[in-house]
Amino acid sequence: MIAFILHGFRSVFQGSRAYWVWFTVLLALALVGLNAYARQLAHGLGSTGMGDEVSWGLYIANFAFLVGMAAAAVMMVIPAYIFKDKEMHKVVIFSELFAVAAMIMCMLFIFVDLGRPDRIHHMVPKIGYFNWPGSLLTWDVIVLNGYLILNLYVCAYFLYESFHGRRPKPILYIPVVFLAIAWAPTIHTVTAFLFQGLGGRPFWNTGLIAPRFLASAFAAGPAFMILVFTVLERLGAISIESTVIRRIRVIVTVSLLINIFLAGSELFAEFYAESAHTVHISHLFGLHGISLLAPWIWASLAMNILAAVILLSPARNNPIALIVACIMIVVGIWIEKGLGFVVPGFIPSTLGDFVQYIPSANEIIICIGIWAFGLLVYTIFLKGSLPIVNQQNTP
Amino acid sequence: MEKGQKPDRKLNRRDFIAGMAVTLAAAGAGAAALSPLIRAEEIPPLEDVLQKHYQRLTPEEKKAIFARLEKRILATHGVQATIRDPQPLENAHFAYALNIGRCIGCRKCVYACMKENNLSRDPQIQYIRVLKMKKQGHGIDLESAVHDYPQEEAGDKNYYYMPVQCQQCENPPCVKVCPVKATWREEDGIVVIDYNWCIGCRYCQAACPYHARRFNFAKPRVPGAELNPNMGYLSNRPRFMGVMEKCTFCLHRTRTGRYPACLEVCPTGARKFGDMSDPDSEIRRIVDKERVYVLKQDLGTVPRFYYVFAK
Repeated sequence: MIAFILHGFRSVFQGSRAYWVWFTVLLALALVGLNAYARQLAHGLGSTGMGDEVSWGLYIANFAFLVGMAAAAVMMVIPAYIFKDKEMHKVVIFSELFAVAAMIMCMLFIFVDLGRPDRIHHMVPKIGYFNWPGSLLTWDVIVLNGYLILNLYVCAYFLYESFHGRRPKPILYIPVVFLAIAWAPTIHTVTAFLFQGLGGRPFWNTGLIAPRFLASAFAAGPAFMILVFTVLERLGAISIESTVIRRIRVIVTVSLLINIFLAGSELFAEFYAESAHTVHISHLFGLHGISLLAPWIWASLAMNILAAVILLSPARNNPIALIVACIMIVVGIWIEKGLGFVVPGFIPSTLGDFVQYIPSANEIIICIGIWAFGLLVYTIFLKGSLPIVNQQNTP
Repeated sequence: MEKGQKPDRKLNRRDFIAGMAVTLAAAGAGAAALSPLIRAEEIPPLEDVLQKHYQRLTPEEKKAIFARLEKRILATHGVQATIRDPQPLENAHFAYALNIGRCIGCRKCVYACMKENNLSRDPQIQYIRVLKMKKQGHGIDLESAVHDYPQEEAGDKNYYYMPVQCQQCENPPCVKVCPVKATWREEDGIVVIDYNWCIGCRYCQAACPYHARRFNFAKPRVPGAELNPNMGYLSNRPRFMGVMEKCTFCLHRTRTGRYPACLEVCPTGARKFGDMSDPDSEIRRIVDKERVYVLKQDLGTVPRFYYVFAK
């Protein structure tokens, strides 16, 4: 065990100049974020752009996005374990590790959103007063922590056994992998239910939210993994068969098309019926009053559609075009979840007040800090596991 | 280490020193990053951190807590306050009726509420929001309502004025979603919050269809000279930074036989309050006889706040 950890340490502390620059930049950004959070703790959430009208902002938006990214890890795990795709098997651990890093980011985003983080223990059953099963937030606490533990276990066991040159015993981790596969959609479904269960918020109160969350996550997550694999391969850290990228690309394409279809279906229902619900969505698209959100949602829509066009055309075989498409998907869906979903649910307010939301600089710095910390954690995971995985994969 | 299992190369001294230097620098920078906490506006005392949920407190514990809070208020505001904890009256079921035909939108209720309930003056928090709506228009259409009309626009005959505050729902969505049961509905129908238990996640605020909940985004400030010393533990005692609060029908008054502050100050008599379980009460007569409606009836929240169109 000690040897395993020491090996990880050594591996993390060795690297090229580029690695150290990357590491230092992330660490510095994370610390700047920590500094901004200390300021928020000292002076309250008034240091953000949120208020009584738009009471959730970038933090919850990033949280919703990252839950999806974490859940999407299963889209690599399924081909690897259920369809026994050998090539996929070699890299699946990297997406499971990302799921862990994404879960950590999710929890940090929730934590920084709390007005009284000093009372977090009120959420612990027995010690606190856990409103389960009434509150969907308590369901989220359960499924998120569960998913984190399942993935941590699979990654740790797999790497530990591989490190010792042993083949991991299927009985000791395959059932957990399958449990994690079943578990993954629940984290994003519960997170969607958190919103869609609120009758007083017509923009969220639709049965399509959970399916849309899943579809968008299954596009953005694997698209992000294509980017990761491409970078790792360019760095010479892994060698990956082009079939793996192609398979992931199929997953991304199908999910993206479903996502666009579901969004279109929702837009039709809203605009054709011209019901009372429509005010949120027409405001979002800039058709009802001045909306700060409109440019974002239009950009997001354009990116999603453009990416779909690239993925459906022969251009998809061009690595550069594929990377561009993947970046557009990740960014487009990030916008869709945050500025296109969480924030417009609050505009107008339940009493019809159109209050705009502009995140404060401090709030943005905290978000960047959490992202940097999450990527730093992921970098450390990758750096520690790469030698072990490569060793395992060389016959 | 197992045989054949080697890192890429031996860890050399230079890398090791560099690594240690980075770690030390990171620890130092981490401490520096946390330095704004020195100027924290509110540091919870240990006894507050350890305090149990209101419903799990024994009478003795409550007494000690109230005394502690009174002492603290004396120190911070220089006011000798009395914190009471009036319990729901037996079989009482409070309800409110507001006559839109009479309301002139003067906002006296808004400010009387602020004074009575020790709402933060800076930043200003208000429980009551008055909506101004054109009479010849879409009727009660929230999206076309004006929320921040200047005071001289009150009393315009061409407009309705509709004050909205907590509707004290019988089926409150805010209570359902709270992850820690920091908010609940009392026997007499009033939805309350334990300010010492709320974790500040604001899920209740997202769930409320009436924009009734207010969050302390900053440290609430009330000058000592303006502090109302007659306090209820579940209503108008000083709040903390980072917790939710809301209208409680002035339970420290109404549970001791007085009217809510917003009603008392109303110059037109548009506001009526009482106990629905009393068959002779004015509120019962209004709800039974007048044309009343509730906001967003379709949501199934069953408000205990009725709007009336009458002379």
